[in-house]
Amino acid sequence: MGKHTIPSIVEGHEAAAARLSKALTGITGLDDLTLGGLPRGRPTLLCGSAGCGKTLFGVTFLVNGVTEFGEPGVFVSFEERPEDLDANVASLGFRLTDLVAAGKLVIDHVHIERSEIEESGEYDLEGLFVRLNYAIDRVGAKRVVLDTIEALFSGFTDGAVLRAELRRLFGWLKDKGVTAIITGERGEGQLTRYGIEEYVSDCVILLDNRVEDQVMTRRLRVVKYRGSAHGTNEYPFLIDQEGISVLPITSAGLEHCVSNEAVPTGVAGLDDMLGIQGYYRSSSVLISGLAGTGKSTFSASFVNAACERGERCLFFAFEESPEQVIRNMNSVGIQLKRHVDAGLLKFEAARPSLYGFEMHLARMNRDIERFRPNAIVVDPISAFRGPSSEIHATLVRLADICKSRGITAIFTTLSSPDDPLNENQRSVSSLMDTWVSLADVEANGERNRVLYLLKSRGMDHSKQLREYQLSSRGIQLVDVYVGPEGVLTGTARIAQEAREHDASLQRQHLAARRHREMVRKRELVELRIAEMRAELEMEENEFQMFVDEEGIRETTRRSERDAMEAIRRHHRDQ
Amino acid sequence: MSIDAGDATRMMAPYRLRLFISGSSPRSTRAIENLQRICEERLHGQYDLEIIDVYENPEATRDLQVIATPTLIKLLPEPSRRTIGDMSDPDRVLAGLSLLASVPR
Repeated sequence: MGKHTIPSIVEGHEAAAARLSKALTGITGLDDLTLGGLPRGRPTLLCGSAGCGKTLFGVTFLVNGVTEFGEPGVFVSFEERPEDLDANVASLGFRLTDLVAAGKLVIDHVHIERSEIEESGEYDLEGLFVRLNYAIDRVGAKRVVLDTIEALFSGFTDGAVLRAELRRLFGWLKDKGVTAIITGERGEGQLTRYGIEEYVSDCVILLDNRVEDQVMTRRLRVVKYRGSAHGTNEYPFLIDQEGISVLPITSAGLEHCVSNEAVPTGVAGLDDMLGIQGYYRSSSVLISGLAGTGKSTFSASFVNAACERGERCLFFAFEESPEQVIRNMNSVGIQLKRHVDAGLLKFEAARPSLYGFEMHLARMNRDIERFRPNAIVVDPISAFRGPSSEIHATLVRLADICKSRGITAIFTTLSSPDDPLNENQRSVSSLMDTWVSLADVEANGERNRVLYLLKSRGMDHSKQLREYQLSSRGIQLVDVYVGPEGVLTGTARIAQEAREHDASLQRQHLAARRHREMVRKRELVELRIAEMRAELEMEENEFQMFVDEEGIRETTRRSERDAMEAIRRHHRDQ
Repeated sequence: MSIDAGDATRMMAPYRLRLFISGSSPRSTRAIENLQRICEERLHGQYDLEIIDVYENPEATRDLQVIATPTLIKLLPEPSRRTIGDMSDPDRVLAGLSLLASVPR
C-alpha cells in the first residue's frame, strides 16, 4: 500500500505539470491570450463556419511548429487535396512541399467517396489509426492537424460506430502525446455539426467571420481551456500575406510606465509653448484642425525630428499614399524620403474602408510589433467611419498599446467648420494627453492660421493663441508681439467672441425651441382634456337614460302586479 | 499473408481483390472466411485475392485510401469499388463486386 502511495503523489504532480504544459502556436496574439499556446499533448477543437480560416490556422500551427519550435507535424486533410492545400497557403508564403521534402511534414489526404462504398457487417476505423500512426512515426511528429474530421460522417452510415471510433481516436492522440488541432464545421445550436466537441474537452476555440456595415471582421474566442486561465473575449484576427495575427486586448490596464522625458515636437515655437520643451515620451497627442491647417505637416515635423535623432517612426496613412505624403512634405521643406531609405521611417497606408476598425487595429498592432517604432503617427483618425463608441474603443486600445511600449503616438483629426468639436473628438479627447488645436481665423481682412494647446497633461503649457506659417522652411510660429497692438491677442479675442456669440445664439435657439415645444404640449393636453370631458358627458347621459328607463319599467311592473292582484281577487270572490 | 490461386490463375483472373484487415482479430478472421466462401461460390476460382494486414503494411492504407477495417477493394474489373465490414451480408459483398445491383441503404 505504502509503496503505491508515494509514486501516485509523484504522478499527481506530473499530471499537474503535464496539464499546464503548453505548445506555442507561433501565431501572434493567440499565444498571449492562451497564456502560452495550446495544451501540449492534447487535442484542441477549432470550429467555425466555412471560410473562417480553420485550415490556415491548422497549417500555420504546423509550419510554425517545424520552423520555429523544431516540432515536425502531420496534416491530415479530409477535404482538400494536397495540391489544393499547397496552393491555398502559398499566399501566406508557406512552402509546404519544401517541408515535406525535408521530412518535417506529412500531408495525408484522406479521400472518402460514399458512393463507392458498400457496408457489409461490422467495421471500425483501425485503418485510419494505422495511417495516422504511420504518418506520425515517419517524421516523429509532435503536432497533428485533422481537417476536418467530420467529413467522415458523410462517408459512413453507422453514426454509433463513428462516434465510438472518434472518442477512441482522441484518446489515442492523447496517449500518443501529440498536440493536435481538430477542426469542425460550425453547427446549429452546437459548436460543430456533429457535436464532436463532446469528445474534445481540453480546449475549444471558435472562429467567426461577421460582416457588419459591409466590412468583414474575423473574430476568435477561446470557449474553453481546461486547467488554464485564458482571455474570454472575442478577439479580432487578421489573415493576410503576413499570416495570421490575433489582437489580444489584454493591455487595457492603466499600469503603464510613465516617462518624464520630453520629445521635441519638431516645431521650435511649439516646444516653447509646451512647458517641458516637447511632448512627454509615450504620451498620446491629438492634432485637430480644419482642412488645410497643416495637421499632417505637424506630424511630419515631429517624425522628421525623431528620425534625425535616430529614432524609428511608423506612419499610418489613411488618406494619402506614402509617395503623396513624401512629396507634399517636400514642399514645406521636410525631407522624409531619406528617413525611409535609412530604414528609420516606415509608411503603412490603407484605405479606412478596407477593413473594420478592429482589423485595422490588429494590423497596426502587428506592424508596431514588427517595426518596434519609438513613435507612430495615425493620419487621420477622423477617416474612420462608424459608431463612435467603436472608434473610441479602438483608439483606447491603440493608445494603450503605444503607452505600454513607450511609443509616442500622434493622432490627427479633421474638424469641420460648423462643429469645431465633433462627437469623435469629444470621445477621444479624454484619452489624449496633449491636444493641439489648429484653426483658421479671419482678422483684419485676412485668414490666418493659429494654434493653441487645448490641453497638455502634466505640464505648465502656454494658454495663448499663436499664429503660425507654413513655408518652404516648415512650420514657423510667429512671435506673439509682432504688430503694433499685438495682433494675435486681438485675433484671439475675436475668435473668443465669435465662439461666445455662437454659443449664445445656440442657447437662444434652444430656448425658443423649448418654448415652442411647451406651447404644443399644452395644446395637446387641453385637447385631450376636452375629449375626456365629452366622453364623460356622454356616459352620464347614457346613465341618466338607463335610470329613466328603469323607472318606467318599475312603474309598468307595479301596475301589472296591481292588475294581476285585482284579477286574482276577482276569482277568489267568485 | 497472401492466398494465391496460382500464378496462372492470377494472369487470367478477371477479379483482382484486396482485403485489408487489422491483425488477427475475430472480425478479421470472420471477414476472411466470409469472403473466401462467397468467392468460391460465386467466382469459381476466377479471382486473385490478396489479404493485407494494415499493421504489417501501413503504407498501403495511404496508397489505397483505407480508413475502415476490414475493407475489401475490387480493383478489377473496373470500376473499382469497396466494401467495408466483416462481409457478413453476402448481398452487399456481391453488390460491392458488381455481381448484384446495389441495394439502397
